[in-house]
Amino acid sequence: MTIREYARPETAEEAWQLCQKRQNVVMAGNMWLRMQRRAVGTAIDLSGLGLDFVRERDGGFELGAMATLRELETHPGLEAAYAGAFARALSPIVGVQFRNTATVGGSVFARFGFSDVATLLLALDARVRLYKGGEMPLEAFQRAPFARDILLSVFVPGGAQGVGYHAMRRSATDFPVLAVAAAQTPGGLRVAVGARPARAQLLCAQEREWSDARRAEQLQGMAFGSNMRATADYRRAIADVLVRRAVRDAMEGKQDAD
Amino acid sequence: MKQVGQGVRKKDAMALLCGKPVYTQDLAPAECLCVKLLRSPHANAMIRQIDASAARRMPGVACVLTHEDAPRSRFTLAGQTYPEPSPYDRLILDRHVRHVGDPVAIVAAESARAAEAALRRIRVQYEVLPAVLDAEQALDHPVLVHPEDDWKALCDVGADNRRNLCAQEVVSQGDVEAELAACDVVVERTYRTQANQQCMMETFRAYSYMDAYGRLNVVSSTQVPFHVRRILANALEMKKSAIRVIKPRIGGGFGAKQTAVCEMYPALVTVRTGRPALLVFTREESMTASSPRHPMTIRVRLGATRAGDIRAMDMYPLSNTGAYGEHGPTTVGLSGHKSLPLYSRANAFRFAYDVVYTNTMSSGAYRGYGATQGLFAMESAINELAHTLGMDPAALRARNMVREGEQMPAYYGETAQSCALDRCLARVQEMIGWADKYPRRVLENGHIRAVGLALAMQGSGISGVDTAAASIRVGDDGTYNLMIGATDMGTGCDTILAQMAADCLDCDVADIAVSGVDTDQSPYDTGSYASSTTYVTGMAVVKACGLLREKIVAAGAQLLGCAAEDAEFDGTCVRCGGETVSLRDVANRSLAAGAQELFASASHGSPVSPPPFMAGAAEVDIDPETGEVRVVDYCAAVDCGTVVNPNLARVQTEGGIAQGIGMALYEDVRMTDRGRMMSNSFMQYKIPTRLDVPSIRVEFEQSYEPTGPFGAKSIGEIVINTPAPAIADAVYNAVGVRVTDLPITPEKVLRGMGRL
Amino acid sequence: MRIELTLNGQRVCADMPADATLYELLRAQGMKSVKCGCETTNCGLCTVHLNGRPVLSCSQLAARCAGAEVVTLEGLQDEAQLLAQCLADEGAEQCGFCSPGLVMNVLAMAHELRSPTPEQVDRYLAGNLCRCTGYMSQRRAIAKYLKMREEGAR
Repeated sequence: MTIREYARPETAEEAWQLCQKRQNVVMAGNMWLRMQRRAVGTAIDLSGLGLDFVRERDGGFELGAMATLRELETHPGLEAAYAGAFARALSPIVGVQFRNTATVGGSVFARFGFSDVATLLLALDARVRLYKGGEMPLEAFQRAPFARDILLSVFVPGGAQGVGYHAMRRSATDFPVLAVAAAQTPGGLRVAVGARPARAQLLCAQEREWSDARRAEQLQGMAFGSNMRATADYRRAIADVLVRRAVRDAMEGKQDAD
Repeated sequence: MKQVGQGVRKKDAMALLCGKPVYTQDLAPAECLCVKLLRSPHANAMIRQIDASAARRMPGVACVLTHEDAPRSRFTLAGQTYPEPSPYDRLILDRHVRHVGDPVAIVAAESARAAEAALRRIRVQYEVLPAVLDAEQALDHPVLVHPEDDWKALCDVGADNRRNLCAQEVVSQGDVEAELAACDVVVERTYRTQANQQCMMETFRAYSYMDAYGRLNVVSSTQVPFHVRRILANALEMKKSAIRVIKPRIGGGFGAKQTAVCEMYPALVTVRTGRPALLVFTREESMTASSPRHPMTIRVRLGATRAGDIRAMDMYPLSNTGAYGEHGPTTVGLSGHKSLPLYSRANAFRFAYDVVYTNTMSSGAYRGYGATQGLFAMESAINELAHTLGMDPAALRARNMVREGEQMPAYYGETAQSCALDRCLARVQEMIGWADKYPRRVLENGHIRAVGLALAMQGSGISGVDTAAASIRVGDDGTYNLMIGATDMGTGCDTILAQMAADCLDCDVADIAVSGVDTDQSPYDTGSYASSTTYVTGMAVVKACGLLREKIVAAGAQLLGCAAEDAEFDGTCVRCGGETVSLRDVANRSLAAGAQELFASASHGSPVSPPPFMAGAAEVDIDPETGEVRVVDYCAAVDCGTVVNPNLARVQTEGGIAQGIGMALYEDVRMTDRGRMMSNSFMQYKIPTRLDVPSIRVEFEQSYEPTGPFGAKSIGEIVINTPAPAIADAVYNAVGVRVTDLPITPEKVLRGMGRL
Repeated sequence: MRIELTLNGQRVCADMPADATLYELLRAQGMKSVKCGCETTNCGLCTVHLNGRPVLSCSQLAARCAGAEVVTLEGLQDEAQLLAQCLADEGAEQCGFCSPGLVMNVLAMAHELRSPTPEQVDRYLAGNLCRCTGYMSQRRAIAKYLKMREEGAR
């Protein structure tokens, strides 16, 4: 990647204006961006917008787009509110140094299939707030076409009774072969499956009649693919196992080691 | 206190740990041109036309070189003693590119950015040819990887470029077919091993410059400085005397740097421009155009009596050397010669092999050097034979394995003069708790714990080939300069050899100064590979120190006015009768008035290559619902003869086992169907992190090797050989699934269990 | 572009291209302890402290570090001594190429975690790859170091 100019705007408006040009690109943590083979006109650094916060709001948490994965992983409030799921989902990502600069906004905006962050947030029914696009459910944002907008924050509602997170990785800090997050929300059970290897999808959003048969039926309707790490068949086989385990943890409100 | 046997701190440890600038790139002058390579996107193609004119006009570009600008003599990059068994099949830049990543052009510019910009401006027209990517299809395939007329093999290794054949041989003893026919049980299996990457943390790199005498100087992160000098002379069509190679500290090698992968590119730039030039391979380049392990498909047949006596062994490896033949003819040899001799009591054996060219990345030397591949096959087959016979795999081995004093027909008829393999096997069973844990148990959480084990051997240097010289000199303060041409690549050989010298001269390790290698200054050494340094160079050090001791005694005796035979040296003084003279005084007198300098030099080569032996045992934890395999404990008992430095020997063993665990479980080389490497980074080629490496426990079962320095044999390579077969059998013992092609992925396990 | 930052306690002003990484800036400033082992943020060799936190200097745009405090191993020679000695006494450096990044992350960990368990240590350091040692000697050395450090603090 080459960058011709660097800009650190001080307002979201300024950042938004800059990002309307095709060759310009918004830079969050710069963890993945730098590996792309492209010529960037202006790199728009969001670190001047004061988005590196995690704060409680409306019974849930608002995560600034520039909050790092490490901040989410070690945040006592998040730990208590979501049964340690953030630490469980994020701590296997590469290493502490990586997570000290990788941001929640970068993970969410890029919509990577392998994202543990997106899988967990989807199960927690998170909403994203965009500068122009306003607030929308993460699920809708993931399906929407890429827009030249600035992601400001992610809101994670509270009220989850229990949260389960199970990912299968070939080695400890690798991308997941499959990731499953389950949350027992006031509306019912909500389960997201990520790294299929396509981007995370909801298996169910407000499930109240959970059973083995129901799980099998829902998984039947979900698409899985193959990549270097595993075939679709394997993913489908372990999806059943990981969903069962994640749901069990969410229902029991505890985290189990495996 | 004796120094051999002590866990002496490495002499360079504190400098390395405190981040001092001691590696190749740290030392390169700032004015070096930055060298970058344009690489082929095709697996097999002829360059029809190449237009570098726009690139040459770019600002900051010093030169762009294509096949039209490069010398035309073929050579090999393999760091081996002349005449190299590896065929001369390369040019620095060739019109014919033979794998994805084969270099097409060299750019040198004032900055990395300028060089990269220039790379994008080179226009190449390729005539894309069909490629042969599958080793099993390569022999006598209509597509020839090396159709050229000037291909040549210096040694008779059975090579034929018109057949895509890099080497071929059959060796045998006894009548294998007749023995097999008479056996109660015959196990026949085929195993596959991967093109593992060494993944040393410092990628390939070198810089070059012309010195005041008009000679080409090359500073390189290499294991083989003297071979690099010859390789560069061949590649550049220069005299060896016009080239000097220097080896500073190296950020790991594991065999990768026994191939001169990168030196020729900056060297050619310096020759053409007269300017210093630096090339640092990216990790991607190190993963796609380097010198990984030869992938092999190995068929094994073992025949035994019902009682468990192995009567016949037959092994056939098909080795894929890739686009070029570096180490192709030799690695394959070890697959049999370092596995069959473990069971030397068999009546007959046969070992036949083919090594083929394909349009994939060129293979090279990686720790274990074929033995690793052969031992995965052989030790897996032994485990399968044990299960077929209904025997404990440890008991089957105890019944058949080689013991001290026995001759090894498949090991060139050498005798195991030092062999504690029996003790290693017994010890490793105690360490892992074999009696209680074999074969498996089910945990409360549904996971299955199981154990598996394997034996291994390697060599100590290449018998009748490797040679090492060592020189040692007394300075005027009574301390020593030890000069060696062996290359410390982090393994600590500078320190280990200083420990030996210290014991020979009754002094402290601190009194022995050592330094890196310089082909102008250092005594000749074939280099640090083939597990040779402790054993071969160590003996040269012992010999040189012995000669120096005699000279010190003689000089002291002369000063004391007595006969040398009546004098003795205790490390600080020469004594004769009641008179003494200090080493310092002897040294000072040796440096004045035309006295003889106290200097000695000796060379060593060995007619034998005594094998170190070991036993390794793995305990794995398997999640039967996902097929995930985790190694929870790994135990090793190692016979490397005398342990010269227990700390360093232990770290070698732990490190080799961790690499072996990576090979067994994680390290997966994937290519597209057009030959492009997908596992080209640490993101896609996963080496074990510390969370993947469990407890590794190591113990030494020392033997005494009469031909080695202080009774020592080697340790550097053998330690990578046991994890793959041991883990594979632990997986079998846990869930009844035999994975024969590495790595053992959760998917293969689950599929084997019939759950997919 | 001109980038001003504090490097090992000294104000420095560097002229770097807009796409230069912090790693490039540091090497250009003579901080040769900082190594690069991959281009994909996986190895940990380039670890430095940015405003007190361990980060991968290969993934930080130098421009973003304007005004920041950056510390490399060159700036922590005294603090690193005890850890370096513990590692040296185990032979845990081996080739040494990953050592500066490891040392930097261990020092960061020692500031951040109080009396970490062996498992916490492994987790904290998981992003520091080493191909030579198999990590066991590092574990032994780091455990000793943390113990000595705590005893020294008491």
